[in-house]
Amino acid sequence: MNLLKKLLFLAALLPGLALAETAITLDHAPIDLNNQASLQRGAKDFVNYCLSCHSAQYMRYSRLEALGLSEKQIQHNLLFTRNKVGDTMTVAMRQDDAKKWFGVAPPDLSVITRALGPNFVYTYLRSFYRDPARPTGWNNALFPNVAMPNVLANLQGDQVAVFKTHVDMVDGKPQKEKTFEHFELVQNGSMTPAQYNAMVGDLVNYLTWMAEPSKEQRLHTGVYVMIFLFAFFILAYYLKKEYWKDVH
Amino acid sequence: MSAGQKLLNWIDDRFPLTASWKAHLSEYYAPKNFNFWYFFGSLALLVLVLQIVTGIFLVMNYQPNAKLAFGSVEYIMRDVDWGWLIRYLHAIGASAFFVVVYLHMFRGLIYGSYRKPRELIWIFGVVIYVALMAEAFMGYLLPWGQMSFWGAQVIINLFNSIPVIGPDIGLWIRGDYVVSGATLNRFFSFHVIAVPIVLLALVVAHIIALHEVGSNNPDGIEIKKHKDANGIPLDGIPFHPYYTVKDIVGVAVFLIIFSAFVFFWPSGGGILLEPDNFLPANPLVTPPEIRPLWYFTPFYAILRAIPPMFDSQFPGVLVMGLAIVALFFLPWLDRSPVKSIRHRGGLYKFFVAIFVISFIALGYLGMQPVTPVHTLFGRIFSVLYFLFFVLMPWYTRVDKTKPEPERVTFKH
Repeated sequence: MNLLKKLLFLAALLPGLALAETAITLDHAPIDLNNQASLQRGAKDFVNYCLSCHSAQYMRYSRLEALGLSEKQIQHNLLFTRNKVGDTMTVAMRQDDAKKWFGVAPPDLSVITRALGPNFVYTYLRSFYRDPARPTGWNNALFPNVAMPNVLANLQGDQVAVFKTHVDMVDGKPQKEKTFEHFELVQNGSMTPAQYNAMVGDLVNYLTWMAEPSKEQRLHTGVYVMIFLFAFFILAYYLKKEYWKDVH
Repeated sequence: MSAGQKLLNWIDDRFPLTASWKAHLSEYYAPKNFNFWYFFGSLALLVLVLQIVTGIFLVMNYQPNAKLAFGSVEYIMRDVDWGWLIRYLHAIGASAFFVVVYLHMFRGLIYGSYRKPRELIWIFGVVIYVALMAEAFMGYLLPWGQMSFWGAQVIINLFNSIPVIGPDIGLWIRGDYVVSGATLNRFFSFHVIAVPIVLLALVVAHIIALHEVGSNNPDGIEIKKHKDANGIPLDGIPFHPYYTVKDIVGVAVFLIIFSAFVFFWPSGGGILLEPDNFLPANPLVTPPEIRPLWYFTPFYAILRAIPPMFDSQFPGVLVMGLAIVALFFLPWLDRSPVKSIRHRGGLYKFFVAIFVISFIALGYLGMQPVTPVHTLFGRIFSVLYFLFFVLMPWYTRVDKTKPEPERVTFKH
């Protein structure tokens, strides 16, 4: 799915809002599913910053044991709701309330990176900027007029976006168009830009892992299946050859 | 007499077990010159069994309910032991089924396997292909993702374009005014019961018809013309053990390629598992682009190539239908004195090449967004696709053919 399609899809989530033209390109998310420390940090940030509004209702807390955490560690450090370790990551916020407050219910994040791609989520979380015209005070350069505010602003600081305005002729009439140019940090957050990028990288790494927690088992099993099949092929090949000796 | 032999005799007196084994396997004489292309029949059978077995296990945990379906697929992917494997095998298996069936059909096409006396084998085969399309289409609704929902919506809406009775047919298929839980339930029922039964019956008919007349071969000549004193074709070998051991090699190679996708690249770059289908179905949000899975895109491209006429999409739907119906007439469109491409002239080969290129190009165009350039190419390749069939009586007759050999060519 290309960027434009994604944007159109996301724009469709927002009734009655026009899509501003963007020139933002997707940054490459630093995905490394073997980096357990990164995944653990990502899991911690996920339950701290995302899970209050977004659910991951197909993901069980207990599955985090695969990231090298004990049941106790999960219970004490990552479980803030009344859920048990065997439960899935649901949210207390009701969908109807969410719709009232934000205009749209925050999507479930269990498989979000499989739908949008890690690069999209990585870029999205780093593209919020101050926009007094929006009810939340925030806008997003990758996902214009998104309902979500910048919940990571304390860490990232306040960005403003610099646009280039130019006049385009639309149906014979001149129309002002804005094209995104770059961000400017106007107020520092608790993290430096490099620290913030690393943190979002860990978070997206975790989201990617969570979208398919069985991936490691899949790859591992696949190696043995392939070894077996190659051996099976060799046997089958020589068996065939033996039988076909007497066909002339 | 051993106890085993006694038991066998006891059964044979009551059921033709030994006779069936002989008729269809150990004394079914197949031409000895089968090549690479002859693997795909048995592979299609293998994939059919794979789909049925994995399907049985999926149904144990899947919920055919609009509120639960999407979640139950994720439940299978995460919480059911080996559920991810069963689900990937089934989802990738659907694509594998079409790969194998397309290659199997192409084999029949180039070696003239549809020609007299094998017209019914071909017709049963095309009906199997149509049933398979229905099976795949209804199965794709079940994960209840965005593309499941909107794909079904678009395809069922095609029926709405039929004059006079169209809207009622659409309503009848959906069981609702839009694709809904009612549609999901009936598609589930058809996908797991009705269509598989029809498919199995057709496969049996396909094989009975084949074993009645005997297999064609790459030379397109009848091996039954030359028999030994016992009435056994001189160029024939018993299917078992010769072709059973040979097909096992084909199975091994197929499984290696298939497993490479299942274990290492299940999404197939968004072609085997579409990213949009990881978003739950939402009737209020239309995806910017709705497209069927790759195996339907050649026909989808033909549909989009035909402009609406008289304010109706029906002409496009009709032409798309004809693209499939044309296959049924192949046995009577071909007027060549020879069957196999080996003995045909350049004109026939040219048209086969045109057909293959058009089919692949249409498949590609069917995945692309609509642009004037894509539509133009869609129209060109649609015309070429139909020219293969429409001109067949002409080019097969005037084509310069080579004489058929008396006996099959077989290099050891």
